[in-house]
Amino acid sequence: MGSIEANGKTYETDEEGYLADLNTWDKDVAAVMANLDDCELTENHWEVINFLREYYEEYQIAPAVRVLTKAIGKKLGKDKGNSKYLYELFPYGPAKQACKYAGLPKPTGCV
Amino acid sequence: MSNAKKMMYINRKAPYGTIYAWESLEVVLIGAAFEQDVSLAFMDDGVYQLTKGQDTSGIGMKNFSPTYAALGDFEVNKIYVDKESLEERGLTLDDLQHLVWEDEDEDWAEKDSIRLVSRSELSDVLADQDVLFNF
Repeated sequence: MGSIEANGKTYETDEEGYLADLNTWDKDVAAVMANLDDCELTENHWEVINFLREYYEEYQIAPAVRVLTKAIGKKLGKDKGNSKYLYELFPYGPAKQACKYAGLPKPTGCV
Repeated sequence: MSNAKKMMYINRKAPYGTIYAWESLEVVLIGAAFEQDVSLAFMDDGVYQLTKGQDTSGIGMKNFSPTYAALGDFEVNKIYVDKESLEERGLTLDDLQHLVWEDEDEDWAEKDSIRLVSRSELSDVLADQDVLFNF
């Protein structure tokens, strides 16, 4: 177990930096997690993060990359629903990195 | 897709008494990434896995039934339900979740994923598979 400090609050994480309890998530901790990876969250990042949170809320799982790409394309347009766009936003892998900032567990089957 | 195998996951157990239902669902979701020809069968007590309105608050387990609705996104859209198993338990198709998938080639038209089949029809589908996984 580890922890992250954001805005005076402490958030528990697992050994890979994913939040231990997704209910403790807020925008502050997402921004701090991103800063630790030298990543500045823009509106485009938030679109994907918010999408992931909604997806998890509805289905109780994080989508696989292929599923995420397709669903983003449907919701936000074809110019965003491709791996080039998503990898530019999240160079460590869209599902893995974006899920982390969204406070979700690591996607099933993701190594 | 030329090397795709026909893989079927057979689900026979009630959702929460054992870990089989959840394990099966996780394997299906992982396996879906490999672009095989995946289908699912629900028979015996396995039909309870798809019922609507599951509430696990009394047993302290995660209610994973909403996850079945994500199968369509993972392009798993052949879900066979054994008609006799439903009837034996006093259930009908209306007691099950309405699972759909969206056909990208037809402007995301929603199509039904569940195929209600008789036991003999299901036998034919089973005989046609390359790989069967029993859960």
